This record gives sequence, C-alpha cells and structure tokens, in this order.
Amino acid sequence: MSAPSDNMPIPAPAVRSKPLLVRHSPYFIGAAILVALAAGLRLDGYVLNILLQATTFSIAVFGLSVVLGLCGQINLAQAAFFGLGAYAVGLGTTDLHLSFWLCLVGGCVIALVAGAFLGMSTLRLGGHYLAMVTISFQQIVTLVMINAIWLTHGPDGVSNIRRPELFQTSQSYLAFCVAMLAIVGYLVWHLSDTKLGRAMRAVRDNELAAGVNGIDVFRTKIYAFALCALLGGLAGGLFAGGFAYVSPDQFSFAESIVFLTMSLLGGVASPIGSAIGTGLLILIPEWLRFLKSVPGLYLAIYGLFVILIIRFMPDGIWGFVSDAFNRWRAHTKAPPVAAPLQLRPATVGGEFVLEVTGLSKHFGGLKAVDGVDIAVKRGGVHALIGPNGSGKTTTLNVLSGLYEATSGKIVLDGTDITHMPPHQRTAAGLGRTFQNIRLFRSMTALENVELGAERPGNTMIGKGDDALTERAMEALTFVGLGNRANELISSFSYGHQRLIEIARALAANPTLLLLDEPAAGLNSTEKLELHELLKRIAAQGLTILIIDHDMTLVSEAAQHITVLNFGRRIADGESMAVLRHPDVVSAYLGSE
Amino acid sequence: MDLVLQLLFTGIGIGAVYALVALGFVLIFRATNVVNFAQGEFSMVAAYLMVVFSVDLGWPYWLSFLIALGGMALLGVIFNLGVYYPLRHRTFLPVIIATIGASILLSNSVLAIYGPQPQVLQGWFDTPGIQLGPVYLDSQYLLIIAVTIALVFFNYWFFEKTLLGKKLQATSQDKEMASLLGISVSTMIMITFIYSAVLGGLAGLLVAPVLFVSIQMGSTIALKAFAATIIGGFGDVAGAIIGGLALGVIETFGAAYISVPYKDGFAFLVLVAFLIFRPQGIFGERVAEKA
Repeated sequence: MSAPSDNMPIPAPAVRSKPLLVRHSPYFIGAAILVALAAGLRLDGYVLNILLQATTFSIAVFGLSVVLGLCGQINLAQAAFFGLGAYAVGLGTTDLHLSFWLCLVGGCVIALVAGAFLGMSTLRLGGHYLAMVTISFQQIVTLVMINAIWLTHGPDGVSNIRRPELFQTSQSYLAFCVAMLAIVGYLVWHLSDTKLGRAMRAVRDNELAAGVNGIDVFRTKIYAFALCALLGGLAGGLFAGGFAYVSPDQFSFAESIVFLTMSLLGGVASPIGSAIGTGLLILIPEWLRFLKSVPGLYLAIYGLFVILIIRFMPDGIWGFVSDAFNRWRAHTKAPPVAAPLQLRPATVGGEFVLEVTGLSKHFGGLKAVDGVDIAVKRGGVHALIGPNGSGKTTTLNVLSGLYEATSGKIVLDGTDITHMPPHQRTAAGLGRTFQNIRLFRSMTALENVELGAERPGNTMIGKGDDALTERAMEALTFVGLGNRANELISSFSYGHQRLIEIARALAANPTLLLLDEPAAGLNSTEKLELHELLKRIAAQGLTILIIDHDMTLVSEAAQHITVLNFGRRIADGESMAVLRHPDVVSAYLGSE
Repeated sequence: MDLVLQLLFTGIGIGAVYALVALGFVLIFRATNVVNFAQGEFSMVAAYLMVVFSVDLGWPYWLSFLIALGGMALLGVIFNLGVYYPLRHRTFLPVIIATIGASILLSNSVLAIYGPQPQVLQGWFDTPGIQLGPVYLDSQYLLIIAVTIALVFFNYWFFEKTLLGKKLQATSQDKEMASLLGISVSTMIMITFIYSAVLGGLAGLLVAPVLFVSIQMGSTIALKAFAATIIGGFGDVAGAIIGGLALGVIETFGAAYISVPYKDGFAFLVLVAFLIFRPQGIFGERVAEKA
C-alpha cells in the first residue's frame, strides 16, 4: 500500500488504482509457496489424504460462502453437487475412458445446470422453500446413485478412477489441488467487491431495497446458487481424482450437513472462514477418532455444534476476528475527499417527467387506488398527500413496481414502465426511499451508496470501481455524511440513516426521485435540514415526488400538490390553491 | 379396478400420516414464521420411545402410547427452550439452520443409542384388517384415517371455539398486539411447540407399525409433509390436509405403476411441478412483503 506523501488532497480511490494483481501479489506469493510445499515436502500417505480431503472440501465450502454468506440463500445439497462432479470424473474416466480434464469440466457443467434449474424453480419464493427443495434434491441424487446400478454401479461405487497424466503421483496431484484452491479462493474472496458480489450482499440484506436500487434479485440469486453448485462440482471432480474411489454414502445428506457446519464454524461470509472451518472439522474428527466407533455419535455432535454456533457465534470464527478488525479500521481510515455532487437528470420526454393515467390497485374487493391521474412537471417538487389510508403509499409502491397495477398506465420520461419489474424501472430512471428505512445493514454507508450508484444506465459514473466510489462519496458528502463513509449502518442515527437512503438514490442520478414520508420520525432540527437538502436537490433540476404528512414541509417545498382520499384523486393543482380547496379541508378536518 | 381401489385406500392411509405431520409444520409456521426442520424427528423419536416401552420393557400398548406422547410434549418444551427461544429475535435463516442442527442431533443421538437396525412395532389392533368387497382394509390404516379425521375436527373446535385457541391465533397474527392485550406470547409459542411435537409424535406412533421404525423415518416423513404443505398452500391448515392426502395417493400409485425404488422421488417431482406452475399451492399463500 502506498501512502500519499504530498499535501494535495488525494482522493482515496487513487490508492486503489494500482493494478489489482499487484496489490494482491502477497496472496499469490503465499499461494505459490503453499503449492511448492505441497509438491516438495515429504508427506506420508495419511497426512496426504487428510490434506487432499481438506483441499477439495474447502472448494465445496467456498461455494456455500457464496450462496449462504454473500447472498443469504440456503443450500442443503452441496454434497449432491459435489457428488455430481465426483461421479462425472469417476464414470467418465473409467467406463467411458474420457480424459480427466474433459470429465472435470463436464462435471462442473452438470452441477451448474442442476443448480441453475433448481434455483430457477425455487428462488422466487421464500428461503424455507429453498431449504426443503435442496434437501429433496439431495435425497433424489442419493436415490439415483444407489438405485441406477447400470449407470452408477450402485452401492458398490466406482473404483480405479484415473488422474490426469501430468499429476500421476499423489504428491503432485495434491499440489495441483492446492493451486486450484488458491485460484478459486482468490476469485471467491474478490467476488464480494465486484458488481455481482455487491448485488448478492444487497439481496441478502434487503431484497426489496435491492430491487428498487436496480438489482435483478431473482437473477442474482440464481447466479449465486449456480456458482455454488459449480464449485461443488469442481471440488467433487478433484476429490474423485484424488481418492480414486467414490460411493454414494460419501455424498449423502449427512455430508451436506458437514459442509454446512464447516461453513458456519469458520464464518460463512468469507472464503478464509470456509477454509478455517473445513480444516478444523476435518482435523477434529481425526483427533477424536474414537467417536466414529459409535455410529451417529459424531454427527450428533455436529448437529449440536450447528445449534451452538448459530446461537453464540453467528459469524463464525473468522467473522468474529474480522469484525473486530473492521471496527478498528472504520475509525482510523481517513475520509476521502470528494467533488461536489452533480445531478443531471435525463430529459427524453416532454414537459412531464411522470404521467400516470387511470392508475388502479385493487386488493380483492378493496380499491386502495382507484383511477388516479398524476402528472409531475419536470424540475419541480410535486407532493402527494392525503389522510391515513388514502392510498398514498400504495400508489408509490405501484409506481416503483413493488405492486403490479390492476389497471392504468405509468409513463416515466417517455418510457412506459407499467409492466416492468422494480429493477428495470430503476434502470429507466426511477429512484426512491422508503418510509421504514431499508438500508443494507451489514454494509458501510459508502457501500450502500455505491450500490445505488451502480444503477444500470447511470450516465454520471465512468468505468471501474474507482469512479463508483468517487460518485458515492460525492453523494454522501452532498447529504453531509462524507466523513463517516466507512462506518457500518448500525452506527448511524435514524435521521442520518434516512439521509444515507437519499444519498443512495441520488448517487444513481435518477430522472425522478420518489420520497416516501422522508420527514417521518425526524425531530424539528432534522426536518429543517431535510428541507434544506430538498431545496439543494431541486436546485440541480431533479424532479421530486414526495409523500408526507408534514404540511409545513409539503407546503413550503412543493409547488404542486395532488390530494388522494379513499384511493381517489380529490384535488390537484398549485400548492396554496389546493390546500385551501374545500374538499381537501374537509378530508383532513372533517366537514360540518 | 380392484387394484385401483386398494391403492387408493393405502394412499389415503399413508397420506393421512403426511397430513398430520404437515399440520404440525403449519402450526409452528403460523405461530413463529419459522419452518421447523426437525418436525419429522418428532415422529421418529416418538416411535422409538414406543419401541422402548412397549417392546423392550413389555409395558401395555396403550400405556406406552401415552408415555410416548408425554415424552413428545416434554421434547416440545426442550426444543422450544433450546432451539427456537434463544433465536426468536433473529431472522428466519439462523432459526431454520438451528432446527436443521436439531434434526441432525436428534436422529443421530437415537442412532448412537439404538443402532442402525430397524425395529418392528405391532399395530394397535390384533385383527390385521377386514375384507370389504374387493378391497382389503388394513386395521392400522383405518385407525390412521380415523384419527386424522378426528384431529381435523378437534383442530377446528380448538382454534375457532376455545379462548386458548383464539389466543394462539392472535399470537400468530400479531405478536406485539397480542402481548399488549395481556396474552403471554412466550407461553403461547410454548404451547404451539408442545402441541405440534405431540402431533408429530402421534403421526410417528400411528405410522410405525406400517413402516419399520428406523432412523430415516423422520426425515422421509418430514420431506413428504413439507411437500404436502407447499402443494396445499403454505401456512394453510386445510391445504396441509389435502396436500398430504394427495401426495400419499400420488406416491402409492407411482410406486405401483412406475417404479418402487424411486417411490420417495415422486414427492419431489410433484413439489417442483407445483413450485414452477403454482407456487402458491392449491389454497394459496400470501408471499408479498409489505414495503
């Protein structure tokens, strides 16, 4: 790491801009040393087998750190994917006499396809479906391995599995596996800082907020799941080559649980944790071999471990260590300096940024929103008000795509977005905040805002991660929180969290900003600050549609007001005129 | 035709067992928003308790039956205190992982104590069954169906007509409001766990004479029961019953006409078909989260 020596304010990204491979060179040097050790040290057969098992299992557990750690989705069939890879290599090199490499790739592809299919059928639904479906898949794979004797040799398993010509000796094969582990570990470690990795973390923390920040939640989950399956397949293929023999009981549900325990013990969020957990859970049973003499006893202890880890150490060993490190770093790292935020809302359509016509949303018989028209002028602040239960938030949710409209049409800057899912509306230029704040709680303020900046179609960011960080810093500085960018969300007050949510929306350079009760829960000083902020946003020409109860805020900030009551529009027009409208007065205060 | 009727009867009998376990799933899910992956192990543990008292110790069948159910109530208490209660304020993922851990712990503890050899348990009645026209009605299956029907009515009466049932419903719908009305939420959740452990145990005791008593019986039954709840519509009581019966019938016909070794795979295929084409199940689940 180089430190800026002169007194010019150098933005933090400059530190990052060294080529990634150079910055991470210590990792590769360390990995090369490990590979050399694996190849060079004289190891006896017993140690060799344990190392081989630890290496291949670690790769499979890396898969879990992607799907469970990064993306928050459960997979209880990792042993099945592991088995698919192992049987591909096993049957391919023996019965079909194919090359090891071809079989290894084939096994990965089979696992990937199986994972993607399983994900596509389930991931739209809640996590409990996924848990049960993966268990079912695991059972099916085991059933086929045992019963389809013509294909899998049944319970006897496959023996005499071949290795590649290049790595015939056990020692050289181990070195090869360690090299694979290092490469996969690097990719998984780096994944969390890529666009896909950030999307996965966003999905894990809050699916709804991820959706309205332009992330295709369903696709992100499938990628995570398929990637996990792929790593399982790869690990299985390597395992089969290493041990030359596979049988169905090595890939049973119990093994999936072993993988899960390894992942949880080490720390599910990081490949380092995965490797620690795997190493420990392979070594501990070796030390406690006597436990294996009673069938079931060591698995019972695993089960107990799972409960205890979840209860007392939810982030695992590595999570515990790195958490302490991050806390320390957040307070020591100097805040990067940022340029003023530029907002350049797109101008494709005509005078109106948002045109809503005849919008309805019915829940069964309840007409929450009923034939509402709203036209939001470009560059202004437009308020949507109404008494409780008048359909304001429902309207906003239909606008941002969380609810499907029953009928009507929504046109954003010339684009019909009526039937788009939330992430596509965001790509089309919609930004929003939530009444009950929805930030990604395990991330820092900066990371939250970076996710917003990453909106597909954001013209205000250049290429690469540095541009993203820069844009996010500008947005955070704009709301006055630039100096606390690296702190975790949980350390901010309620009012500041609201500002971070606004910064997240602004970083995306939206065409229209939807604010859902931004003043709710703020004290009077914070309300004044919010009002100032809205003025500064509007001064840059960004159109705002705001919902709020605070009449002072609404009447001062908005030029145009639409009033809803019982799901219908009862008034619309210039602010002062609307607030004096007799229907509006009676809706709020009751009629005589 | 005779075979079809015979299979239909067997399918409904086995489906009734799935329905009972599914009911336990649904009750816990409604009370805590958590899917209890150890639900099937309740059935397995109850069956082993029955083997201990009725076969090994030779105590009367009815007494062993009651002791086993009492043991399940106790297990429900321990399960709640040890697994669910400490995690009640966490998101659902840690909780389901903990219930999976509990399931592994339970099944393998029994394995460590009792060994892998499946045990045989006698049916409740001495007469094996009756011949009704072309169909042979196995007495144990008749008992299972009768108990399931009785429990469906009991559930309806309990949850709709008694104050305790209404308190349980209130707790499952809005915990905060329920506690503001003076309902002890933790007591209600405790009762739910006890009741559903007893239901799961009952299913295990009824099905044990039909299947073997084995370590795997828990996970097999739980898998089917869960599939049943999805087919019926997640969280819906009637859905769990209908889904369980449907699955039992499908599986029995599948085993008879397609393949015996893959019998346990049909549940999965039906499940995936439902997830793709009708994920909300027959009766429908509310999937949306409020913004």
